Amino acid sequence: MIASHILSIVTFLPLVGAAAILFTSGSEAVVARNARWIALITTIVEFAISIYIWVKFDGSLAAFQFVEQADWLGPGIGYHMGVDGISMLFIVLTCGLMPFCILASWESIETRVAEYMVAFLALEALMIGVFCALDLVLFYLFFEGGLIPMFLIIGVWGGKRRVYASFKFFLYTLLGSVLMLLAILAMYNMAGTTDIVTLLHYHFPPAMQIWLWLAFFASFAVKMPMWPVHTWLPDAHVEAPTAGSVILAGILLKMGGYGFLRFSLPMFASASATFTPLVFTLSIVAIIYTSLVALAQEDIKKLIAYSSVAHMGFVTMGIFTITHQGVEGGIFQMLSHGVVSGALFLCVGVIYDRMHTREIAAYGGLVNRMPIYAACFMIFTLANVGLPGTGGFVGEFLTMLGAFAVNTWVAIFAATGVILSAAYALYVYRRVVFGELVKPALQTIKDLSPREIAILAPLVVVTLLMGVYPKPVFDVTSASVANLIGEYNTALAIDHAPQLAARTQGAVK
Amino acid sequence: MNLHADLIVLMPELIVALGTLALLIGGVIAGDKSTDTVSWLGIALLAAAGVVVFEHADKANAFQGAFVVDGFSRFTKLLILLGSAFCMLMAKEFYDVERKGRFELPVLMLLATLGMMLMVSASSFIALYMGLELQSLALYVLASFNRDSLRSTEAGLKYFVLGALSSGMLLYGISLIYGFTGTTEFAAIASVAAAGGLHIGLIFGLVFLVAGLAFKVGAVPFHMWTPDVYEGSPTPITAFFVTAAKVAAFALFIRAVIAPFPAVMHQWQQIIIIVSVLSTVLGAVAAIGQTNIKRLLAYSSIGHVGYALLGLAAGTQYGIQGMLVYLAFYLVTNLGMFACVSAMRRSGESVEDIRQLAGLARTQPHFALALGALTFSLAGLPPLAGIFAKVYVFAAAMQAHLYVPAIVNIVASVVGAFYYLRIITIMYFDEPVGAFDHDTGHGTNVIMWGASAISIFFVFVPAPLIAIAGTAAHALFP
Repeated sequence: MIASHILSIVTFLPLVGAAAILFTSGSEAVVARNARWIALITTIVEFAISIYIWVKFDGSLAAFQFVEQADWLGPGIGYHMGVDGISMLFIVLTCGLMPFCILASWESIETRVAEYMVAFLALEALMIGVFCALDLVLFYLFFEGGLIPMFLIIGVWGGKRRVYASFKFFLYTLLGSVLMLLAILAMYNMAGTTDIVTLLHYHFPPAMQIWLWLAFFASFAVKMPMWPVHTWLPDAHVEAPTAGSVILAGILLKMGGYGFLRFSLPMFASASATFTPLVFTLSIVAIIYTSLVALAQEDIKKLIAYSSVAHMGFVTMGIFTITHQGVEGGIFQMLSHGVVSGALFLCVGVIYDRMHTREIAAYGGLVNRMPIYAACFMIFTLANVGLPGTGGFVGEFLTMLGAFAVNTWVAIFAATGVILSAAYALYVYRRVVFGELVKPALQTIKDLSPREIAILAPLVVVTLLMGVYPKPVFDVTSASVANLIGEYNTALAIDHAPQLAARTQGAVK
Repeated sequence: MNLHADLIVLMPELIVALGTLALLIGGVIAGDKSTDTVSWLGIALLAAAGVVVFEHADKANAFQGAFVVDGFSRFTKLLILLGSAFCMLMAKEFYDVERKGRFELPVLMLLATLGMMLMVSASSFIALYMGLELQSLALYVLASFNRDSLRSTEAGLKYFVLGALSSGMLLYGISLIYGFTGTTEFAAIASVAAAGGLHIGLIFGLVFLVAGLAFKVGAVPFHMWTPDVYEGSPTPITAFFVTAAKVAAFALFIRAVIAPFPAVMHQWQQIIIIVSVLSTVLGAVAAIGQTNIKRLLAYSSIGHVGYALLGLAAGTQYGIQGMLVYLAFYLVTNLGMFACVSAMRRSGESVEDIRQLAGLARTQPHFALALGALTFSLAGLPPLAGIFAKVYVFAAAMQAHLYVPAIVNIVASVVGAFYYLRIITIMYFDEPVGAFDHDTGHGTNVIMWGASAISIFFVFVPAPLIAIAGTAAHALFP
């Protein structure tokens, strides 16, 4: 019973926690305390379940596992859940980051705690649903439903320009998503179903694929975000509370990459082939341009936000090389970036909680009073740069390897991005952590509290582990990625067959 | 067919008609102190009619084909009765607080409902016009029911003048259609139009007909009356306009173009596409600047008319099914929305400025949650009910290859999301300005909570409504 509904349980359990919070009563302090504990326990249980899924997952199979099916909307649109090697680890990532988010908000969120926790738990449910859904309408529901809690998190608990940032985030993402909805409906009319497993083997006419691909691209490119539709991200990151930034960078951005892998490549193979140069160009621009922009930032969070855009450039580049290394690198990069950027935002949150500013200029010489913090921050900074031995290296290396096999120029430009990322990351690290501690406000700043150590230490371990021993990840993804590329090539061959036939006929004549 | 059999077919209408007359006489004798009793009896009457409608599942004609009872009329009548009953409950409680209850209000609402029921069953233009005017005349009076309020009387007058104009256009169109086909019955017109090809006079008649109907549903460019009338009328009456009357007008619209004119679909389809696109765009853009919540909801309703018409523009059974799902969603959500609006009172006075909602999430978190869920649902955000309504009309539009209208409409929905979000922003992000009165009636609270619960939980059991709407739509496409 439990094992056969494990995905439904992991998806909807947070909603149970949220309902429990809604029904607690008492004075404000009691409710707040209960809400925190309920949220923490729920997310930890979620994490345990996700580990269980990982353990039970058979990495040698490319097919969907833990599949559940039920009637839902009528013919062709059903409740269908399942995971494969591409999606499974994102569930683990989501469930893994959530307890840290709750812990990071333990003291920094003081007002309307219960609502905050409810919003986070609802968000968790919707995010997990995105990665489990095997029906397009169901996917869309989860994908866009996540906007509501995130909108509230930014808007209610955010910084000064929170209203502007939340609207920008919401409307940008919504515009992309509704175009995808139209594409989903067009696919439904054509294929008679929105079942993803069926659609993966359905061949849309190449002319139609172009439009479908563009509509899905509109959604995923905004979510990713790719240059030039990335401008909502820095605003949203700057204004969101720390945990909101962690989720935004750690999970929400990954939905775009996941979407490319799940839909664009296998379902619209020939359109993907057609648009690969476009994606490469946008990725390269993202890598180089946003790295340069990051170099000029005065706000730490904004800097990490731009660096996220650059790193997502590697992901899109890797995915669209459509080579085994590139795609696996893209997935790995998403996972490691989820951990590393989340950890970086938590690091910023630590000093923001103490000083209530994110200006780089307000800091300097923190290493003198906060040695543990400096060490943690350094590890994450270097992982962000992609230093060998950290999680960031493996993904960047593999994506560039894939790109090199397909297009040398792309790989060369991407490599310059690595240099630039080292430049801005080390530059900001030097300005914040090193130097003399001269600012009077910083004289009494305290090093990490046990709670903060408990948050950052596991992330340090994971970051280093991913760098030196990435095998567990590849064990899971390898079979599914190989299958994806195989399917892609088959689909491409079918789409090109008529043209080839026409050409050979022409040659015969 | 004899008279007895005809009357059996129109049993629900008879119940409402006779009951209303009895209530009217009783009310005249007993005076205004009987308002509560008349309201409750009126609701009971609507419920009884609802049961009879529900039981009559078979397709039947009455009065030589002037009226028809089928799955379509059954579905829409149930929606209308539901909307009317809840609006009557809301009106009773609204006037309880204002202490201005008068027994004419439920009687007029019943008469309007009777007109609506006749409208959706009409299958000839004469019957259609009769039902429509019965409804409209009652609604004109209802709009100006607060006779000592300037805004309300202005609303009634505007509604009357513009309504009369639209009725005139409708009649002109009908007379042209009659002139060129020689009949007013839908089925007969359909066969004449199919056999005789396209006569320019028929097209003229059709255009006037569609213009008149667009007027009645409040679609652009015939929407001018809606914001003023919706703002000026008493809140429960506005709810009545938005829910029951709108559903009836839509049902009439659907039947009056689908049944007699399947042969000339490409002619009316073009008009409907344009009307639909203009409505969504104007509804989305014009609502942005509004601060009065009723006016804002009026523009929102113009937008929703546009989305619903997209289903009609598709002209297929699938499109009508989507449209019926849309109407059901629209009716329930707006009932809840207007229950919220009528619960917005401070020290006995209605407040209609959306800025007065500021900080509601902290002063009345449950009220804010209900209103928030309804707002997100109207904006069409998953996982709330609104998205399913949108999915079905847009799917039908895509199936009918209406790609450009679908894209324009869905982009307009993003623009429209802006003003819905503003309501959320005010409730959740702004500093509180104080709670509303708590003496809202239980009925209003039930409507508010019921509608928001449906919006939230519809996602778990969407299939029944969609299946029923499918059956209802099938009735129009034998």
